[in-house]
Order: sequence, then structure tokens, then C-alpha cells
Amino acid sequence: MKVTLTVNGTEYARDVEPRLLLIHLLRDELGLTGSHWGCDTSNCGACVVWLDDTPVKSCTVLAVMADGHRVLTVEGLANGASLDPVQQGFAHCHGLQCGFCTPGMMLTARWLLNNNPHPSSYQVREAISGQVCRCTGYENIVKAVLWAAEYEAGG
Amino acid sequence: MTGPGVAGQETGAYGAIPRKEDARFVRGQGTFVDDISLPGMLHGAILRSPLAHARIISVDASAALAHPKVEAVLTGADLAGRGLAWMPTLSADVQAVLATDKVRFQGQEVAFVVAQDRYAARDALELIAVEYEPLPPLIDARTALAQDAPLVRDDVPGRADNRVFDWNAGDKTATDAVFATAEVRVGCDMVYPRSHPAPLETCGIVAASDAVTGRLTVWSTSQAPHAHRTLYSVITGLPEHKIRIVSPDIGGGFGSKVPVYPGYLCAIVASMITGRPVKWVEDRSENLMSTAFARDYHMHGEIAATADGRILGVRARVLADHGAFNATAQPAKYPAGFFHIFTGSYDLQAAFCEVTGVYTNKAPGGVAYSCSFRVTEAVYLVERLVDLLARELGMDPAQLRMRNLLRPEQFPYTCPTGWQYDSGDYPRAFALALDLAGYQGLRREQAERRARGEYMGIGISFFTEGVGAGPRAHMDILGLGMADGADLRVHPTGKVVLAISVQTQGQGHETTFAQLVAHELGLTPDDVEVVHGDTDRTPFGLGTYGSRSTPVSGAAAVLAARKVRDRARLVAAATLELSPDDLEWLDGKWRVRGDPDRGAGIAEIAMAAHSSLELPDGVEGHLDASAVYNPPNLTFPFGAYICVTDVDPATGEVTVRRFIAVDDCGVRINPMIVEGQVHRGLADGIGMALMQAIAFDENGNCLGGSFMDYLLPTALECPSPELGATVTPSPHHPVGAKGIGESATVGSPPAVVNSVVDALAPFGVRHADMPLTPANVWRAIQGRPVRPDLAVS
Ligand code: FES
Ligand code: FES
Repeated sequence: MKVTLTVNGTEYARDVEPRLLLIHLLRDELGLTGSHWGCDTSNCGACVVWLDDTPVKSCTVLAVMADGHRVLTVEGLANGASLDPVQQGFAHCHGLQCGFCTPGMMLTARWLLNNNPHPSSYQVREAISGQVCRCTGYENIVKAVLWAAEYEAGG
Repeated sequence: MTGPGVAGQETGAYGAIPRKEDARFVRGQGTFVDDISLPGMLHGAILRSPLAHARIISVDASAALAHPKVEAVLTGADLAGRGLAWMPTLSADVQAVLATDKVRFQGQEVAFVVAQDRYAARDALELIAVEYEPLPPLIDARTALAQDAPLVRDDVPGRADNRVFDWNAGDKTATDAVFATAEVRVGCDMVYPRSHPAPLETCGIVAASDAVTGRLTVWSTSQAPHAHRTLYSVITGLPEHKIRIVSPDIGGGFGSKVPVYPGYLCAIVASMITGRPVKWVEDRSENLMSTAFARDYHMHGEIAATADGRILGVRARVLADHGAFNATAQPAKYPAGFFHIFTGSYDLQAAFCEVTGVYTNKAPGGVAYSCSFRVTEAVYLVERLVDLLARELGMDPAQLRMRNLLRPEQFPYTCPTGWQYDSGDYPRAFALALDLAGYQGLRREQAERRARGEYMGIGISFFTEGVGAGPRAHMDILGLGMADGADLRVHPTGKVVLAISVQTQGQGHETTFAQLVAHELGLTPDDVEVVHGDTDRTPFGLGTYGSRSTPVSGAAAVLAARKVRDRARLVAAATLELSPDDLEWLDGKWRVRGDPDRGAGIAEIAMAAHSSLELPDGVEGHLDASAVYNPPNLTFPFGAYICVTDVDPATGEVTVRRFIAVDDCGVRINPMIVEGQVHRGLADGIGMALMQAIAFDENGNCLGGSFMDYLLPTALECPSPELGATVTPSPHHPVGAKGIGESATVGSPPAVVNSVVDALAPFGVRHADMPLTPANVWRAIQGRPVRPDLAVS
């Protein structure tokens, strides 16, 4: 099936099997390996990207469902050389260790701050509760997101 | 002790600096195994046994081979033809690569398909017809030694039962004598359930065999690339210098990426057969069902004490479920790992433990998941026993611990089972934890809540672990001594490249090791590039696990740097036309004694060492150096943890309200990274104590084969931890550091369980096994035994 989608501002057209998952289209066909795959059951969130303006688990979206839509992945978070405050926050607060969950966590965090610029730590925890990190115990991820919120508020 | 890096002296390049590796990770530019794509690369998939125990009658792959996108299919018979159907494990046993005679656990590898893409490889698995003759499975380890138990390992000639080993440590006679006369004795059966490390990245490999050069290049999720290279050479017969193992970025390991797995070998053989690179990446259920599990210890522990609360001795009998193959990864001399450190942190007279390992029809493994080679099980046992003793004596568990902790003046301390603890100030760390927790206030609050019918628990754990394996006289894996090398190159401009034998799975080696070397040489961490995870570019060493990177490889890096510094002194003396004795190392430079403004730093000296300067006799040019570090002893980090929980008696739900953790890992190179390691381990403890378990039904079906069933803590279950630190340097490590990577995973589960049991004390609950899921807590309240298979609730 033909699918045309815009990923990080670039339009791609591909002919794909109907069953191809969006995560595999991104990784294997488009070479955007920043989004990861971590489970068979939509539990881990390593694969989170935005479909239009909403975070989705791209292992649970067929590539063809993204036809005509916009996708944002970790590779599109920075604005050229300047990192998104969320990216800065993760590095600044040690919000990552192995880095495997990080792209998905940052994309959810970016969405959260767009919709709630001053989240409480509980709201951050709630926002990422559909995603798993095996390294950080989440504490520094929460700090990273709060750091980014403060940074964006000019703090 | 003296020297750079010792607490209280100069801080130099140490400190909480951001990590170098983050620049690529936050941009999504890490390179994990599954990110690697080579021209012409094929994809492998494994057909696994649906049964726990069955004889294989036939395997027919003809339909799969006819699939238009399938390039090859490997079966056990194919591998047997190459002498590769079985491979050695890390524990002197063998493990089937692809089953030939029987399948021995659900999920065991039966056939390997190689196809043009990953979807086609999966499709073709369905086209392989396997005929099985089901056999009764052995699932309950407690029945493994019964007369009529099914025999798991009939492949081994002469084997008549399921016993893997019998092993003991300590002095039985002395211990029995102590118990015979003790005023108080308390015992308890406890199970440390089977769990799985479940790093977020599963295991995988890209194998590329080049028939022309004879070289094999492997990118794999390996915590021990050098050991893997040697193993692959031994297994396949390929000359070792023709094998290159690359561990690229690794998405967490926690011990599960130490062994060689059948899928790796299948990919290697498939690449040799097809002449093309072959990638194999397991899916999550394969990961949870077949790669190294952890724990699975059935323990009976006893503690003896005086009536006024002086602990006299401990003893334990353990039944260890090793699964179908003995594939544990620990120093060969210790089949139960370091379990015999179960005397814990206490000053006691005698101890004895005996461990029997058995085969069952379950996945192999046992030593994984940040366990410090089974110190997890040991700490859990002794910390539960101390709480049980406190209950028996009617004493506060904090007071009982404080009364019995080893005192600072007893170090170095040799425990009754033979470990020599290098250093410690236990009462100081414990007092700090009690203070941070506001312990007395918590007890008052608990009493008030109890009066209102609310169930709040306060759980304490004090742990000691031995990490940094290890002294080569006692420790080897497959005959390879546990030393690690470091190579240091100093470029003419004074920039440095450090090549190390260990590699990071998230621990931040690129930063910490740069700090270690920069600190010794008066450089900044940015001046040091750390090369790791590539056997062609790094010196030999056994890898990252058992919290050994900083204790062993870190020491090698420091020693190499000190060699550089010593040589630099000679070169500096030559440039200044002085005697080396006239120079002293001060503030990162060799300076003239009494005239500290005159001197030279490493950058100037490096340029001189590469120049036409005439060097003194016996001084080679350049400043490069290397070192191999053979540790004289393990390092013994310790800590005091306090966990506060609230339990809803109606639902059995446990909420972890607070977690206070004081760790002493000696000198901290990068405290930010150290704290991050602790954060992770506390989450592990909450996970293991409250939700994670790999259980089986009576037919051997794995009940924890996906993240729907094997529950991991999320941000909502993990509290914001409250950390504290004390610093007691290791006297034998070059900078006084100890390992930290596993401390919190080792120390935190008993704190959580002690807390929940404390909360349930009004119900008369004395002990309840993990995982303390709502269903199991509810059962404990009802006075019914817990059931590990009720992990899912
Ligand atoms: S890969 Fe785990 S949720 Fe998508
Ligand atoms: S940083 Fe490793 S899984 Fe989150």
C-alpha cells in the first residue's frame, strides 16, 4: 500500500505491507533509529512518537494509519543545533542512563509541557506512567521535565 | 591513606558533572544493536518450544525453506553436523543451542530461520513442523530430588538425578554449638522468587562473517565483549584474533547480557552459511522466557541470639532452582555466588550455610539482575531474620541492628564464612539514615495510625556487599582470571585516549573514567576520550557486571595514568634540567619544590616527550602507558535503607510513601551518577518486593512472559527517594572507591518487605513472601500462604 507521511518536516512516500508497524517504517525504512522498540504488548513506551499533535505508541500504529499525517520523532525535537529545553533538562538532571527509553520519555514530556506548562511532579509522573524506564527509577526524569518547565518559564 | 581522590583532599576532576554520552542520546543518535543495518543483511528468528518438557520426534523445515524470502533454516540436526548443537555455559555445564533430543523448558530454541526481512522470518516460523512427545515436566524445585522426579538432564551420561551441586560455607560444628545453647532461636522459610532483569533493550546481535579474510565481526548486546570473543573462539574453532566483538550502545544489562545465548551462535553460524550479515533481535516474550532469569532461591534461615538481643549466629539451607541448564555466570569456585556473605553487617560468632542446586524444566540462568553474585538473596535472608528476631524479642528493629552492627574498629573484618570486609563505619551510616527518616517520629505516627485502624509500615535494611570481582587467586570465569586492562595514549598536545576493557550499559563510563584519568593527570574530563566496547580497540578484561567497573577497571585506568605521570616527571625534569627528585606533583602539574611557579603540566610534557629533546637513559619517548589490575580483595560497599509503606487492608494494595537510602561506596567519582545508580536499584527493590515474578503453572507454562504479566514499576509506584551518603574509602583501591551499581538492588527488597510485614503486624503476620501484590497481601492478612503465581492481579 502507498503511504505518504511527513516526518520531522520531511515528506516521505513509501510502498509498504499493510501490516507494517509505524515503528518499523520509521526505523527500518526511513533509517530514523532514535525511536526504539521494547515490548510486544504496548506497555513500555520506548516507541513513543507524535502522530500529528499527540504522543502515540508507534508499535501500536500501522504505518498506513499515518498516511497523510505528521510524525514527530526524537530526531525532530531539536531546532537545528539548539536543543529543546526538554533535551537540555534530561542531560542536565541525569534523566537518562542507557538512553533507551529517553526518546519516548522526551516526546511525552514535550507534549505535557505544551499542554501544561507548569506541571506538578505528580502530573509529570502521571504523564509518563504508560512508559517504562529500567535505569533511572524515574526520579531524575521527573526532575528533568520540571527543569525544562522552569527554563521555559524563564526561571 | 593518601593521594588524589581521597575524601577530604583535593577534588580535582571529580564531581557531579553532566555525562559526555548524553549528547548523542538526547538527539536519538545512540547506536544500539538493532540500529545497525549492513548491506545485504538478513534477519533471523527463533522457533521456540511451546512445551516445558518433551522429546523431539521430528523437525520438518521444508515448507519454511520453500518460502520465497527464506534464505536458510537451521535445526538442531544441522548444528550437530557442525558440532555446535551444544555449547559450554559459564558454569562448566553445557546448554543446547538448538534442541536435538529433548526440549527442557518452555521457550527453548528449536530452529532458526534466516529471511530477507524480519516479518518474513517470523512468518516462516509458522511453516516449521515439529512433532513432540510430551514428557512430565519438573516445575517445583522442592520435588526435584524426589525418587520419581522426571530426569531433566538425561543428555549427561550416568546422571541419575537432578542435583547440580551441593555446596556449603562456614563452620557447621561451631554454628550448631552456638544454636544449641542460644537463649533465643528464630527460623523462617522464605522464597526469593524468580525474577527477570528485563532491560528495556532486549538481546540482539548482528553477525558478519567474511569468508575471504576469515574474520568474524559481531555487534551484540554484550556486557563482556572480551570474554565473548574467547568463548566464540573456543566454541566455533575460529582463531581468536580473527574475531571482533563490538558492544555498541547497550540499553541496560543488569547482568542479563553477560552470557552467550543460543540466538547469538545461530546468527553467527547463519552468517557463515549464507555469507551475509545476519541480525537477530529477540522480542520481549523471548527475552522474559529464555534469557537469564534471576534468584529463585528457596531458603530456610535461622538466627540465634541472647535474650537481651545479642546476635550469635545464623545458618541457612537453600534449594537453588537453576533451570534446565546450569548457566549461571559467577566466579567458578562459588556455585552459589557470594551467598555466603549472609552473615551481613553483624558481629556474630558463627555461621553456616548449605546450598543445593537443582535442575528443573525452566529457563536457565540465576545470577543476574544486579545481584552482586547472589548477595541479594543473602541480604534478604539475614535482614528478614533480624526483623523476625526483633519481633520475637519485642525489640525495636533499629535498636536491635544498632546493637549488633560491626564497629568501625573491627575493620578489616573477617566474617565467619571467610570474607574480609575492607572498611566500614556502619553505625555512622545507620544513624544518618534514622535521622533522615525521623525514625522516632515515624514510630509515633505509626502508633497513632494503628490506633485509628490504619496500617503503616516502617522497614529497615542494613546491607554489606562484596563487589569488584576479583582476586585472580580465587576468582575466574571459565578459567579466565578476573583482572582488567587499561591502555592510555597521550597525544603530543596532551589530549588523552583511554581504552578500557569494560563498557557501559548506562552507567556512564565515558564520563566517570574520563574523570578518573583527568584527575590523575591534571586535565579536564573533556581532554580524555574513553574507548570501550570494541575488542579490536581495547585491552582484555572481563567486562561490566557485579559492580566491578570502578573497583577493577577504574583501578587499572588510574594505575595507567599514574605510570604516565611518573614518566612525565622524568621528561619534565629533563626539560627543566633538574633531577626528578626536585619535582613534586601539585595542583595538576609537576612543579619545582620550593618554587611552585616553575613546572610543567601534562600537555607541555607530552609535547616534549614527542620532541627531539634528549631524554635521560632508560626513558622511552612518548607518555603512553598501560596497566592490568588484579584486585587484592573485593570492595565492600554498605548502606542503610528505610522504607515507609501504607497498606490498604481491604484491597491489599501497598503504597511506598518514602524511601530513605544512605549509601557508602567509598570515594564518589561522580556523585550524580552514583545517585542515579541508587535511584535505579530502589525502583528494582520496589518492583521485586511488590510486583515482579516469573511464575509457572504446573505444566511449566511461563506466567511472566510479557509486560502485561511481568509487572514493572512505573513512575507512579516509585517514590521520590531521599538519599544520604557517608564516605569510608576502600583501603586497597587506588582512589578509595567501591562499587555502587548493585547496592540498592541488593539492599532495598528486604526494606520493602520488612515494611509491609511491619504494617501487617496487627494481623499477626510474621512473614510473607514476595511479590507482595495486592492479592498476596490480602492472603497474608487472611492467614493464607502467598502464591507467586498470583503475581498478576
Ligand atoms: S515497543 Fe513497547 S510500547 Fe511500543
Ligand atoms: S535510561 Fe535506560 S531505560 Fe530509561
